[in-house]
Amino acid sequence: MIYWNSFSDFLAMGGYGLYVWGSFGVTTLIMVLEPIAVARNRKTTIARLKRQLRAESRSTEA
Amino acid sequence: MNDRFNLYRFAAPATFYPLAGKMIPWFVAAGILFGLAGLYIGMLVAPTDFQQGEGYRIIFVHVPTSWMSMFIYLVMAFWAAIGLAFNTRLSGMMARALAPTGALMAFLSLWTGALWGKPMWGTWWVWDARLTSELILLFLYIGYMALVAAIDDPRRGDKAGGILLLVGVVNIPIIYFSVKWWNTLHQGSSVNLTKSSMAEIMLWGMLLMALAFWMYSIAIALARVRTIMLERERHTDWVRQELAGDSQ
Repeated sequence: MIYWNSFSDFLAMGGYGLYVWGSFGVTTLIMVLEPIAVARNRKTTIARLKRQLRAESRSTEA
Repeated sequence: MNDRFNLYRFAAPATFYPLAGKMIPWFVAAGILFGLAGLYIGMLVAPTDFQQGEGYRIIFVHVPTSWMSMFIYLVMAFWAAIGLAFNTRLSGMMARALAPTGALMAFLSLWTGALWGKPMWGTWWVWDARLTSELILLFLYIGYMALVAAIDDPRRGDKAGGILLLVGVVNIPIIYFSVKWWNTLHQGSSVNLTKSSMAEIMLWGMLLMALAFWMYSIAIALARVRTIMLERERHTDWVRQELAGDSQ
């Protein structure tokens, strides 16, 4: 089933290794970094909104 | 608020927010499964291409990212039209949530295209119709994001951004048909409804990868729109409740 004879063949990609892995590498990198950025943004946004909410409720109580 | 059986109810942020939260893990799981299956078929099982050797395997990321870059733009233009016509709140948020992912897909399409062009055409870049119109698509995404970010009032930002999206939508058929309308270095479409120029196993790998990118894009856009909703609706009761509870 597997097309490749050896792992080094797989890495070499018949001489196109740089191009193939350069494509898959950057795509993978972005698909890892984008969710991290979204999660981080969500965390800081929620923290900020909670702070604002507390500040508002304090000012209405006073 | 007594429209319990109204489909439009799902367009209300208070209803959509928890629904989106529940859907995200399913799209992530489906994306991982499709991705693993696609990579297995495309990178391990599929044979070499008789013209392009192993270099053709770039197709398994190039075509899905290119499709997504165009499709996400169409979805954003759809939301822009809905937003401008019916003045719905959710549509502007959806368009904003999709834009960064669309821009990244357009970038990846150009990046993988350059890495494919170098060994096959001998150049990273040519100013031909397909490549140039895809570059314009990337600029449209960036322009949209800069425009909506520059307008302080979010609803006005949505309207201005929506108009930009609708004007820019003309670029999508230009990208798609560019390989037919002009002489270009770029090869014609690999997949047609009637016939396909690819071997069946390669086609399966590519379709699975395309599905994986679909699932990824939906999941990340839903995650992003949830944060936008909290921000935009921060003065409403449902967001206050959400923030009072241990929202994550």
